Amino acid sequence: MKNLKIMVVDDEPGIRSGVSRILSNYSVSYPFMDDDIGFDILEVGSGEEAIEKVKSEPIDIVLLDNKLPGIQGTEVLEFINKNKPEILVMMITSYASLELAVKATNNGAHDFIPKPFTPQELKSSIENVSKHIFLRGMTKKLNKEGKEIRYQFLSVLSHELKSPLNAIEGYLRMMQDKEAGENIADYEQMIDRSLHRIKGMRNLIMDLLDLTKIKLEKKEDKITQVKLSDIAQNAIEAINPYAIQKDVQIELDDEQQVEMNADPGDMEILFNNLISNAVKYNNDGGKVTVRLKKEDRNLSIAVTDTGIGMAADEIESLFNEFYRVKKEQTKNISGSGLGLPIVKNIVDLYNGKIQVDSEVGKGSTFSVILPM
Amino acid sequence: MTNNKVILIADDDEDYLFQMEHYIKSFGFEVLKAQSQKEAEVLIENTKPDLAIFDLMMENDDSGFILCYKMKRKHPDVPIILATAVASETGISFGVNDETKQWIKADLYLEKGIRKDQLHREINKLLKI
Repeated sequence: MKNLKIMVVDDEPGIRSGVSRILSNYSVSYPFMDDDIGFDILEVGSGEEAIEKVKSEPIDIVLLDNKLPGIQGTEVLEFINKNKPEILVMMITSYASLELAVKATNNGAHDFIPKPFTPQELKSSIENVSKHIFLRGMTKKLNKEGKEIRYQFLSVLSHELKSPLNAIEGYLRMMQDKEAGENIADYEQMIDRSLHRIKGMRNLIMDLLDLTKIKLEKKEDKITQVKLSDIAQNAIEAINPYAIQKDVQIELDDEQQVEMNADPGDMEILFNNLISNAVKYNNDGGKVTVRLKKEDRNLSIAVTDTGIGMAADEIESLFNEFYRVKKEQTKNISGSGLGLPIVKNIVDLYNGKIQVDSEVGKGSTFSVILPM
Repeated sequence: MTNNKVILIADDDEDYLFQMEHYIKSFGFEVLKAQSQKEAEVLIENTKPDLAIFDLMMENDDSGFILCYKMKRKHPDVPIILATAVASETGISFGVNDETKQWIKADLYLEKGIRKDQLHREINKLLKI
């Protein structure tokens, strides 16, 4: 158990010993925490003494009465804010001076506890403030190590990887226990679904590899003159079997024979993602157009589809990792939720811009502008 | 055989939903399904199941918590199982002590990965069968 040190500053001994008694055996626990938090109590009878203690001892929380014999609580608060801003101050105040308490919170007190308080009220205030301290510590630690985003990413990633595993394991168990009877044909759907989930997982892993490649690799030595239509053509060929199944026509328009200096690997990933999305989210019998163009000193890549389109709020989240548009038409489309974040990473790497224009039911255009 | 008890399941993973439905029906219960937090909210507003099983992460990371809260506000007596695949990775350990219960209003937490017998046992316990 980790203990927080609470200093009670009040000129009434009864209040001090009351607080000590209530909190001495009290501990706080949260689901996110390995250890419970307990409390050590330090009793102090005046503002002067409080300031001395703040200077000399490590203190986490101060319970501070405003009406003190010598210097007032607000002055102690001011001292703490100036010198030890990490200490959280809770004002103890009678109901009559609630206004003062609100003022104190504006002046940097973390919270206030109206007097008289019940043991339960005190405990729940202390619970809140220690939760705050705990979270603050966590955030600080994570930020310090630059890990906050990675932590979040990993927790979502583990969810994305574990869900298909659970689904597949579930189907295998159903088969093992012969939940659908003895006829093997009755398990066809479960087998199909399992294979589908495995494929999704494999795609996710491939996309993750792409993502780490973009984030980790140094580029300079890989940059060469790239003819973009070649790369686009390769991407089209890769997706073509699927496009044929859906009867989607893919057209490449590159009148100017655009070339640029880039890592061909990056451009492959970019085209693969944009074109495969345009096919995946298209209607049967639809069309995809890939347009390459020079515009001033920029190069523009526009991939247009005649698919299901998106609403504005969907577009907003599109580049978030693991976001996927969920609606009836996308139910059977598999994807890792990493394709567009990957594209965005590449575009950023080349100091470019990406723009999405879309209309529900009509289709979407993804335009990438890269400086040459 | 059915005993007319209705169990609401909310999960955005259609395979998990399919499997849960299969098992729960095999226990003799009726099943109401929701594939999103949104769908579940509509069902909470308009029906009263005998028990609910919510996934934690759906459209939002805390969809399950939100559904717990909404369900308990509308029907405080309906027991809730919160199922999640993320518990161990995120460091969230779901001990259901009294402290936890105060702010997450589920009656039971289950790690995902269906164990048929355990599921049956826990449902019966919560329904006091």
